[in-house]
Amino acid sequence: MDTFLQQIFNGLTLGSIYALVALGYTMVYGIMGLVNFAHGEVVMIGALTALAVIKPLAAAGLPGPLAVLGGIAVAIPVAMLLGFCIERIAYRPLRNAPRLAPLITAIGVSIVLQQLAMIIWGRNYHSFPPLMPATVREFGGAQITDLQIIIVIVAGAMMVGLLLLVNVTRLGRAMRATAENPQIAGLMGVDANRIISLTFVIGSALAAVAGVMVAANYGIAHYNMGFILGLKAFTAAVLGGIGNLAGAMLGGILLGIIESLGAGYIGDLTGGFMGSDYQDVFAFFVLIVVLIFRPSGLMGEKVSERA
Amino acid sequence: MNVLLEAVGINKSFGGVQALRDVSLTIRQGEIYGLIGPNGAGKTTFFNVLTGLYAADGGGFSFDGQPLDIAAPHLVAAAGIARTFQNIRLFANMTALENVMVGRHLKSRAGVIGAVLKNAGTRSEEAAIERRAVELLHYVGIADHANALARHLSYGDQRRLEIARALAMEPKLLALDEPAAGMNATETGALRLLIEGLKNDGLTVLLIEHDVKLVMGLCDRVVVLDYGEKIAEDVPEKVRRDPKVIEAYLGGAVA
Amino acid sequence: MNTHAKPWQGIVLIALVLAALPFAVGLGMGNAWVRVLDFALLYIMLALGLNIVVGFAGLLDLGYIAFYAIGAYLYALLASPHFGLHWPTWAILPLGALVSGLFGILLGAPTLRLRGDYLAIVTLGFGEIVRIFLNNLNSPVNITNGPQGIARIDPISIAGVPLSKPLEFLGLALPGVYLYYYLFVLLALVIIFISLRLEDSRIGRAWVAIREDEVAAKTCGINVRNVKLLAFAMGASFGGVAGGLFAGFQEFVSPESFSLMESVMVLCMVVLGGMGHIPGVILGGLLLAVLPEVLRHGAAPVQKLLFGKVLIDPESLRMLLFGLTLILVMLYRPAGLWPSATRKRELSA
Ligand SMILES: Nc1ncnc2c1ncn2[C@@H]1O[C@H](COP(=O)(O)OP(=O)(O)O)[C@@H](O)[C@H]1O
Ligand SMILES: [Mg+2]
Repeated sequence: MDTFLQQIFNGLTLGSIYALVALGYTMVYGIMGLVNFAHGEVVMIGALTALAVIKPLAAAGLPGPLAVLGGIAVAIPVAMLLGFCIERIAYRPLRNAPRLAPLITAIGVSIVLQQLAMIIWGRNYHSFPPLMPATVREFGGAQITDLQIIIVIVAGAMMVGLLLLVNVTRLGRAMRATAENPQIAGLMGVDANRIISLTFVIGSALAAVAGVMVAANYGIAHYNMGFILGLKAFTAAVLGGIGNLAGAMLGGILLGIIESLGAGYIGDLTGGFMGSDYQDVFAFFVLIVVLIFRPSGLMGEKVSERA
Repeated sequence: MNVLLEAVGINKSFGGVQALRDVSLTIRQGEIYGLIGPNGAGKTTFFNVLTGLYAADGGGFSFDGQPLDIAAPHLVAAAGIARTFQNIRLFANMTALENVMVGRHLKSRAGVIGAVLKNAGTRSEEAAIERRAVELLHYVGIADHANALARHLSYGDQRRLEIARALAMEPKLLALDEPAAGMNATETGALRLLIEGLKNDGLTVLLIEHDVKLVMGLCDRVVVLDYGEKIAEDVPEKVRRDPKVIEAYLGGAVA
Repeated sequence: MNTHAKPWQGIVLIALVLAALPFAVGLGMGNAWVRVLDFALLYIMLALGLNIVVGFAGLLDLGYIAFYAIGAYLYALLASPHFGLHWPTWAILPLGALVSGLFGILLGAPTLRLRGDYLAIVTLGFGEIVRIFLNNLNSPVNITNGPQGIARIDPISIAGVPLSKPLEFLGLALPGVYLYYYLFVLLALVIIFISLRLEDSRIGRAWVAIREDEVAAKTCGINVRNVKLLAFAMGASFGGVAGGLFAGFQEFVSPESFSLMESVMVLCMVVLGGMGHIPGVILGGLLLAVLPEVLRHGAAPVQKLLFGKVLIDPESLRMLLFGLTLILVMLYRPAGLWPSATRKRELSA
């Protein structure tokens, strides 16, 4: 079953990226109960910023991986600053507003960022230079590139890092306390505003790295890439149980694998009736089925409404 | 006197917490029946099971001579049980009047077609709904605030509005969960008069209350829960002297 | 002046304004702007439909455009050379309302237990699924003609008169966009009327009650499942009618018109206008339908005027300003541009 293994490898790569982005959604949701619809655009800005740095570095003769590292080193702070500003401008003034108001500002921010990106980088697709080692390895009949391995490892390391940050450090404790109950956390001396800002900043850093990964994996980046990626990652976060870090990781990886398998097998499953164009249907279909049976996602707390 | 509600062997647990343990009780037609017990004794949980919000782990109810279907809250409401909530649940962005009008849902039937055509039937039904709602606002004493949003009413008025909304359902049993909580002495006095009035009109009342004076003064009979178990059920004077009750209250949180 | 005459005066005035509007717009700014008005009316219908689901019942639906798509494709399939069917308009539109309404129930039913943002993502998924199917149902059996869409759809015709052709009237040739305008105004008024009647009814109160507190609504005897499904069905049926009108008006449909961005757009109309408040929603629909067009036409000339050349791609600039508008309006008017009077009265009190 070489296709099977192949699709698992592909899915794992894609899923690691989804998971990184999903973490951004889920952290913000956990703390503020808000879907940061602009998060996908942070991924996009991260990718394009990195690319803008990588190209001249590579042209200047820097070795490929170093150039990429340089790009990431610039993209991360840019994305962090962006995340910080998004929260300040679009969400903080609306803390006590009707629930849908921040959703609309988020959509507004998302549109603005896309258009700014288009003005800066143009409408065209930017190709990601083949700087990363593309050695192909064989595994039980399936192929996996070094790039894929690097993506999975780096994503895994970042997730472990985040889990440590949240579960072990003082800052993490403050974050969890704020997520639990901002008022009480405030009474105990936690500056909720600072924690919220930090949450956005950390999520944005992950997003920037994920952006570079997507660009490297598919070989292209463009101003429109954030939207569908954000959508998938949000789906992954919900699948895992939004607000739950481990859930976002699980949801991301699962969604990646489901999509890859779906794309690989959907034709066989439906007797050729549905082609791989239905890949997205597959992802949403799984999400819907999961939510019907587990309305709070795979790892979300079961909410029994207190009456 | 006739039995209105009979609960038999009600059980409910949350994870490890047994919130109700084999609770059986009988409420008679026309009485004010008190449900007391220390904090966390399971009183609210009993309401939630009775009104179909939580599924019971075991046991059942009969109401007005029929088995009570507690599969869904709206079925319980249709059977004739109305309730209020310990932490007030009003329709915050509807006016006081509209809140009470929602309470008339079961007593009216206009659907989409009636609403759109607004034929004579719908018009007279709407008029009747509004008339009854205004009456009830007068009855509980907040008619002045008919057009204020529920969330802008004072705490005491919100409690009264919740009672008016429940009364709009013309229930056979009115279940009140700590209606006097957070009220000052004057407001509590007014509430007491209100509940007595309801009794005089023939309504049966199931009352959870922490204010011991209020309970002892109002109730015909009282049941005491402790850690989910019924430890006493009798007239107030006897319950007050029951050593098990005294023990529960002294040992637990102050009621 | 006797007071009984006043409402009538208002109605006559509104009727006159609505009747004269296309002439004022058309003669003043060209027929392209009458077309913009036509689209604005379709969006108003959509916004009012979504308002029932989101504004009244409080169910965040991010896939609403699917019902517009269903109405539009139904019209396209039943009145075009694609299948060689040419059903009359008056038969398709009610059928569109019905079929979309049924889809509303079908898609709503599995989501009943979901709340808030979970509901949003699932409805979004449904919307995308519908679009993807439209995009791909061209093989093995060609139903939707895939991404190419369906062309040469029959124009809407009333009493055998197609609205696509100018109509001689009092020696005046009324172009198609005017005729469509009058039809759309009429249907928009019907939808507004239905919305107003529903809002002020037992059903409308039940919707708002479940929006405000589902648990309390249940204990008031409201069958939450049925009432939610009714909201989905009603909202969807408005969308279905608007979709049919869209197909007949454009004489062409393709999956592109039913992207997630369109759902988002309609949601913005509802929220930005004033959720749950019908006049606000109408205003929201009108503004967000017209604003991008104003920006589209204004972006280039204004830049020329200011900088002597076009610095920023007008298409881009228009979306940029649109996004900024969404942000600013929400920051300064979080309850929408025109929230309901009770809310306003309460705020100022
Ligand atoms: N929805 C719930 N989930 C978990 N535990 C609950 C829930 N509701 C009540 N409990 C628990 O059941 C016990 C009884 O609670 P409750 O009925 O609210 O007490 P009372 O109303 O008598 O103060 C308490 O230990 C409480 O923590
Ligand atoms: Mg209680």
